[in-house]
Amino acid sequence: MIRNVEPHVAALGASVSVADFDGDGKPDLYFTNSRFGEPNALYRNRGDGTFEDLAAAAGLANLNRPGEGVSMGAVWGDFENDGREDVLVYRYGYLALFKNIDGRHFQDVTVQAGLHRWVNSNGAIWLDYDRDGLLDLYVTAYFRDIDLWHLGTTKIMHNSFEFATNGGKNLLFHNLGNGKFEDVTDKMGVGSTRWSLAAASADFNGDGWPDIYLANDYGPEELYLNDHGRRFVLTTAGLESESKSGMAVALGDAFNRGRLDAFVTNISERGYLFQNNNLRLNEMLEAHRFRNVAEGEIADAGWGWGAQFGDFNNDGANELFVANGFISADREKNYWYSMSKIAGANARFFEDAATWPPFGNASLSGYERSRVYINRGVAGWVDVAAKVGVTDVYDGRAVALADLSSRGAVDVIVANQNQPAVVYRDYPDSTNHWIGFTLVGTRSNRSAIGAEVLLESGDLKQRRIVDGGSGFASQNDRRVHFGLGAREWVDRIVISWPSGTRQVLLHPPIDRFVAVTEPTR
Amino acid sequence: MSDATPTTIAERNPFVRAWKSGSKLDPRYSIAFLITLVLVVAQLRYHMLGSYDRLVLALAVCTATEALLSWFDRGKVVNLLSAYISGISLTLLIKPQGGALWPFAVGGFLAISSKYVLRYRDNHLWNPTNFAVAALLLLAPDRVSVLSHQFGNDVTTNLVIWVFGLVIAARVGVLHITVTYVASFLLLNSLRAAALGQPLLPEIAPITGPMYQLFVFFMITDPRTIVRGRRRQVLVAILIAVMETLIRFASDKGWPLPTAFNVAPAFLALALVGPIAKWFDLNKGAPSTR
Repeated sequence: MIRNVEPHVAALGASVSVADFDGDGKPDLYFTNSRFGEPNALYRNRGDGTFEDLAAAAGLANLNRPGEGVSMGAVWGDFENDGREDVLVYRYGYLALFKNIDGRHFQDVTVQAGLHRWVNSNGAIWLDYDRDGLLDLYVTAYFRDIDLWHLGTTKIMHNSFEFATNGGKNLLFHNLGNGKFEDVTDKMGVGSTRWSLAAASADFNGDGWPDIYLANDYGPEELYLNDHGRRFVLTTAGLESESKSGMAVALGDAFNRGRLDAFVTNISERGYLFQNNNLRLNEMLEAHRFRNVAEGEIADAGWGWGAQFGDFNNDGANELFVANGFISADREKNYWYSMSKIAGANARFFEDAATWPPFGNASLSGYERSRVYINRGVAGWVDVAAKVGVTDVYDGRAVALADLSSRGAVDVIVANQNQPAVVYRDYPDSTNHWIGFTLVGTRSNRSAIGAEVLLESGDLKQRRIVDGGSGFASQNDRRVHFGLGAREWVDRIVISWPSGTRQVLLHPPIDRFVAVTEPTR
Repeated sequence: MSDATPTTIAERNPFVRAWKSGSKLDPRYSIAFLITLVLVVAQLRYHMLGSYDRLVLALAVCTATEALLSWFDRGKVVNLLSAYISGISLTLLIKPQGGALWPFAVGGFLAISSKYVLRYRDNHLWNPTNFAVAALLLLAPDRVSVLSHQFGNDVTTNLVIWVFGLVIAARVGVLHITVTYVASFLLLNSLRAAALGQPLLPEIAPITGPMYQLFVFFMITDPRTIVRGRRRQVLVAILIAVMETLIRFASDKGWPLPTAFNVAPAFLALALVGPIAKWFDLNKGAPSTR
C-alpha cells in the first residue's frame, strides 16, 4: 500500500550497541538488522582485534520475523542486578527482553516481564528514574502502534513537517524488581507522541534525579525534568523555539565546563533546507535552559544521524563523530525536488503516504561523508574527517564508541543502512595520557548506568556519564574514558551514583582503567 | 432615485466607508500590516524566527540602505515603509546555514540597492525581495535556503493568512493578479502532472505552503513593479505561471538546472518574467483602460 514511500519508511533500521555480555572485561558488539529473515549479530571480542558472531548460539540472531517485526536497535543493562548484562531489542514490532543466563545464552523473558507490547520504536534507554537501584526502561515510538506490514490505511505519516504530534506514544516501564515491569507512562507524564527517534538521560539540572532528553523527528526537542521520581515535567528550556528534525541526541561536556551538554543532529541539504544541528549548552542550573551555540561547520553535517562525543586524541577535550546520509540510490535522481513539493504544503497533502511522489530509485541526501569535528577554539568546531581517515560515504545510522582493545583509545563503530558496518580504530596522540573507569553499582543498578563522573586535573574539568543508550539506536562502552593531554596526574574524581551516593577518589593512577565499586553505605 | 437609495445605504454602512477610505491609503500600509501579521502569527505560534537578531539586522540594513540611497539619489529620505516590508519578507524567507546572519545583511542590501541601481525610465524592474532571494539562492546555495519553517503545515494558519491576504489584495486592487496566478498554477500544474503521468496532489500541493503565500500576496502584486492595466497584469500573472511550470517540467525531467530553480521555481519565474514585462510596459506607454 505504501510502496511509493517504502525506501523512506524502511531506511531507519541499523543499530549497534556495546556490552561486555560475557563478563570477560572486553567490550562486545551487537548489531541489529531490519530485514525479515536476516539475523542480528552478536560479536564477541576475542581481544586480539578479531570478533566472532555468537548471536545464533546466544539466541539473539533470529529476531526479524513476520508477525513479530524487525529489529531497530538494542540497549543493554543488568535489569536484575545479577552481574550479567541483559538486552532489550526494540523493533518495528514487539519489544523483546532477553535475560542473560550465563554470559553465553539468553532467554526471552518479554512476556513474563510484562513488556509484550507492539511499539514502532527506534530507540530505548535504561535509567533508574526513581533511584531504587533497579533499571527502568524508556522506549521511544516513531510510527504509531500499527502493523506496518498489514496496513488498514495509508494515512500513517506525520501531520506536520516541523510540529507533528501524531507519532507513536513513548513508554516508560518501571522495574518492579521481580523480573516484571509496570507501564507508568501516563502516571509519570512522559508519553510524548512527537515521533521520537532518540532519547538520552542525565541529571541535567543537578538535582540528583535523572531527566530525559528527546530528539524528535518533525518537531522540537523535548526535555522532561524528573521531579524526585514522582513525575516528570515537560519543560521548554529553550528547546521550543526551533522546530527541526531531531535524529539523535549525544551527551558530552562540549567545552569542559563540568556539565553534560546535548548535541542533536538534524537535516541540511544545499539550497533546500538548513535545519542545522544543535549544540546545546547546558545552562539549566543558572538559567533553566539550554543555549544553542552550533555555528559554522558543526551546524551542517548533511542529513545527520548518529553522533557521539569522544576524546579521540586524548588531549582532554571532546571531539564529535557524526554519521550521515539518508538514501544512497541512483546518483542522477534526487528526491529533494519531489520532497520540496509537499514539505511546505498543508498537512493533508503528506499525512497520507499514498499522496507522496513515488521514490523510485532516487537518492535523498545520499553518499554523504561522515564528519569528525574537533574544537579549534576561536575557529569553532572544524570537520577533520578526511584528515583522520574517516572517508566512508555509507548511509550511516548508529554510532557507538568503545575502547575495543582496552588501550586508552576511543574506537568508533558505525552501523550503516543496507551497507556494511564500519569500525574506525582510533590512534590517539601517543604522548597524551588518559584514564578510564569501570564502575560497578551496589546501591545503584549494577551496570552503573546513569552514574556521572567528574574529573579534575589542574585546569581540566570534564564530566562523563555511564551510558544507558544515546545517539541514534546506539549505546556506548559502559566504561568511561577521559583524555588528559600532557597532564600526568588527576587531582580528583567525583562520582555521582544514581542512588544519590557521592564518591570522591583522590589521585587515581592514570593510563589505565580503574575499577570502582560503589560504597555500600 | 431608485438608484440613489442603495448607494446611500451603502455609504452609511461603516464597513463600506472604512473600505472606501482604506482604499485611498498608500497600499504599502495595508501590505505592511499583512506582512507584520504573518510575522507575528508565525512567531507566536511556531517560533519560526529562530532568533530576533536576524529580524533586527534585516530591518536595519533595509531601512539604512533605503535612507542612504534615497538621500544620495533624490536629496531626501523617502518613506521607509517598503524597506520595512522588504526587511520582514527577507526575515521570513531566508533560512541560512548554521544560523549565519550575513545573508540577512547581504539580502537586505541587495533588495534595496536593486531599486536604485537596476532601473529603467526611473522605475525599478525587480521586486526587491524577489531579486535578493533569487540572487542569494543562485549565488550561495551552499549557504542559503528558503523558508524551511513551514508554519506548521497547519490549515488554520493557512486560512488566516489567505483570508487577510485576499481581503487586502482586494483593497489594494490587485486581487485579480493573485487569483489569476493561483488559477493558472492549478491548471498548468495539473496539465503537467497529466503529461508526465505523475500524481496530481503533490504537484498542486506547493500552492498551500507559506512560501507561496508570501509570493502571491507580496511579490507578484508589488504595486511598484507590476505592469500597468488590468489586462496586462493578468497576462503577466499567467506568463509567470507558465514560466514556473516550464521550470518545474525541467526539474521533473532532471535537467541540470541551478539548484535555485528546483528549490524556488516561482521566485525564479518572477525574477525572469517580471522585469521583462515591466520593461515592455514602460516602453509601450500607459494602456487605454485600467
